[in-house]
Amino acid sequence: MTVSVPDPASWNIQTSLAKLTGLTMADELIAMARERPDIVVMTADLSTSNGLDEFQRALPDRFINTGIAEQNMMSIAAGLASTGMIPYVSTFAAFASLLCAEQLRTDLAYTKMKVRILAHHAGISMGFYGTSHHAVEDIAVTRAMGNMTVVSAADGNAIRGLLRATLDVDGPVYIRIGRGAEKTVYEDKPIFEHGRFVTLRDGTDATLIATGVGVRAAIDAAALLEGEGLSVRVLDAVYLKPLDEAAILAAAAETGAILTVEEHNPYGGLGSAVADVIACSGRAVRFAKHALPDDYVLVAPPTHLYRHYGLTGEGVAQALKKALAK
Amino acid sequence: MRNSVLPRNRPVEIRALERRADWIRLETIRLVEIAKSGHYSSVFSCAEMFAALYYSALRLKPSDPHWGDRDRFLLGKGHAAIGQYPVLADLGYFPTDWLDSYTRLGSPLGDHPDMNKVPGIDFSSGSIGHNLSVGVGMALSARMRGKDYLTWVMIGDGELAEGQVWEAAMAAGHYKLSNLIGIVDANGMGLDGDTQDVMGVEPVAGKFEAFGWSVDEIDGHNMGAVLAAFARAQKQDRPHMIVARTKKGKGVSFMERDPYWHLGFLGPADKAAAVAEIEARITQ
Repeated sequence: MTVSVPDPASWNIQTSLAKLTGLTMADELIAMARERPDIVVMTADLSTSNGLDEFQRALPDRFINTGIAEQNMMSIAAGLASTGMIPYVSTFAAFASLLCAEQLRTDLAYTKMKVRILAHHAGISMGFYGTSHHAVEDIAVTRAMGNMTVVSAADGNAIRGLLRATLDVDGPVYIRIGRGAEKTVYEDKPIFEHGRFVTLRDGTDATLIATGVGVRAAIDAAALLEGEGLSVRVLDAVYLKPLDEAAILAAAAETGAILTVEEHNPYGGLGSAVADVIACSGRAVRFAKHALPDDYVLVAPPTHLYRHYGLTGEGVAQALKKALAK
Repeated sequence: MRNSVLPRNRPVEIRALERRADWIRLETIRLVEIAKSGHYSSVFSCAEMFAALYYSALRLKPSDPHWGDRDRFLLGKGHAAIGQYPVLADLGYFPTDWLDSYTRLGSPLGDHPDMNKVPGIDFSSGSIGHNLSVGVGMALSARMRGKDYLTWVMIGDGELAEGQVWEAAMAAGHYKLSNLIGIVDANGMGLDGDTQDVMGVEPVAGKFEAFGWSVDEIDGHNMGAVLAAFARAQKQDRPHMIVARTKKGKGVSFMERDPYWHLGFLGPADKAAAVAEIEARITQ
C-alpha cells in the first residue's frame, strides 16, 4: 500500500494546515464548550480546513456538519439558538457574508439569535483560490445589519480573546478571522473590552487604525517610521461594530492625522466607518484610507498579494507618508 | 385555564373545528379590511389545518409562550400569519384588541410574523424557504437536549421552488429527525398563477420520500382526514411530510382558485357576499 505524502512545496490543505498555528478556534471552543453545555459547533464540510475537526473529535455530540449547504447551516443555527443553544457556525468568510447574507440578516440578526459566525479565511487570505473565495465586502455587509456585532481578529491569540469576549453578547456576532498564518500581534490571549479598540503603540504625529491582517502591518510601519522621526499611534480596530468612536476622536484630536488599514474593498469597510465618525464629529483632521482597490484582486499566494497591495510594514509606511504629504 | 398546558391531540368535535376554520376565514376578512390589502386565499387554503393544529394537535402553554417543552409551529408561508393572529389572541397569547392594530404604525402584527413582537410565534418568517431549516435546528436541539417537543413546519407548494427547502429536507432525512413534521399546503397557486405552470414542483410526495421522509397525502379541507394525518405524523421513525391538497381561496366560492385573491382587497359588495357564504356554513 502506498501512502500519498504531499510535496512539501505544495500549498495544498494538508501542508498549509501544518503551518496554520493561528487558527485557534478548536482549542478555545473545546475549553468553552466543556464549561458551557449550550455551545455547539457547526461547519459546512470545512472542518479540516478550519481545524474544527479537533472539536469534533473531542466533543462529537456537540458538532454538526451540514455538508456544503451554508445557508441551511445558518438557518439551522437559528433554530438551535431559538431553543437556548449557542451555535458557532464556521465557513469561509466569503460564503458566510455573501452567500448567507439574507440568512444572517433575516434569521439571525432581525431575530436576535445568539449565533457566532466564525468567518474564516477572510479578506484575500485564500490567495490564488481567487475571487469566489475572497471576502472583501463582508465588513460592509455585516455592519449594515441591525443587532449584529462585528469583530475582527488580528492573530490566533486575538481569536481566542474574541471568542471569550463575545460569548455572552446578545444577538449574532460576526467574527472575522484570517487563515491562521498571521504574524503574531498579541503574545498572550488578550482580554478585549466590548466595543473598544486596543492601543498597541502610542504616538503623537499620526494614527494608524488597522484591523485583521492590517494590524501587524501597521505595527511594522510604525516601527519603520520611528526611524524616520515620526511618532505613530497604532490602534487595533478589533470591534468594527460597535465602533470605538471615543478612540477615533481622541486620535484625531491628539495626533491630527488618521490612516485606516484593512484587507477590504475601499467602500463600506473600516475606512468608511472611521470617516463617518470623523465627518459627523464636525472636526477637521487629515484622513486617508489604505484598502484594497475597488476591483477583484489578482491571484497569487497570500503573502505575495499582501506585498503587492501594500498590506505590509513598508506598504503601510509609504501610504501614511503619502497621506501626510497631501 | 391560566397557567395550564394544553395537551397534544385534545379531543374536539370535527364540526367544532370546521366552524373554527371558518371563523379564521372571517377574522382574516376583518383584518384585511384594516390593512386594505391582504393574503385572503393563502389563509383560506390552510384554515382547517390552523384550526386542527391550535385547537387539538399541538401541546401549548399560552400563559408561557416561551415554555421550553411546547410543540413548535413554524409558518414558512409567513404571509398567512393574518390567519394565525386571531387564533393566538383567542388562545390568550396576547390581548384580542391587538388585532385591531393589524399593520398600523408600530403594531406588533405585520403581514409576516415577528417572534420578538408576537407571543406565540415560534420563529419569524417572511423570506420563503428558510423555516424548514430553522425547524431542523429546533428538532436537532430537542434530540441533543433530550426534549420531547415536536417541531411542525408548514410551507407552501410554491415555496418548494426555493433551493434551501431541499437542503433542509436532505438534512432532516440525514439526521432521521422523527420529531420533525412538515406540512405542504399544496394549494396549487402562487402569485403568478398555477404553481405547476410557474415551476413544476411535482411529484412532491415522491421527492420527499427520496430525501428520506415518510409522506402522507391528504385532502387538507377534510377535517377528519386532517386530524387522522396529524395523529399518524406523531408516530413516525423519520421526518414526516403531510402533503395537504388544498384549494387556494377555499370557502368563498368566487375566490376559489382565482390568483387575484392571493393579495387582494374585497370591496363592500364582495365582502358582504363572502361573509354571508361563510356565516351560512357556520350556522348550518
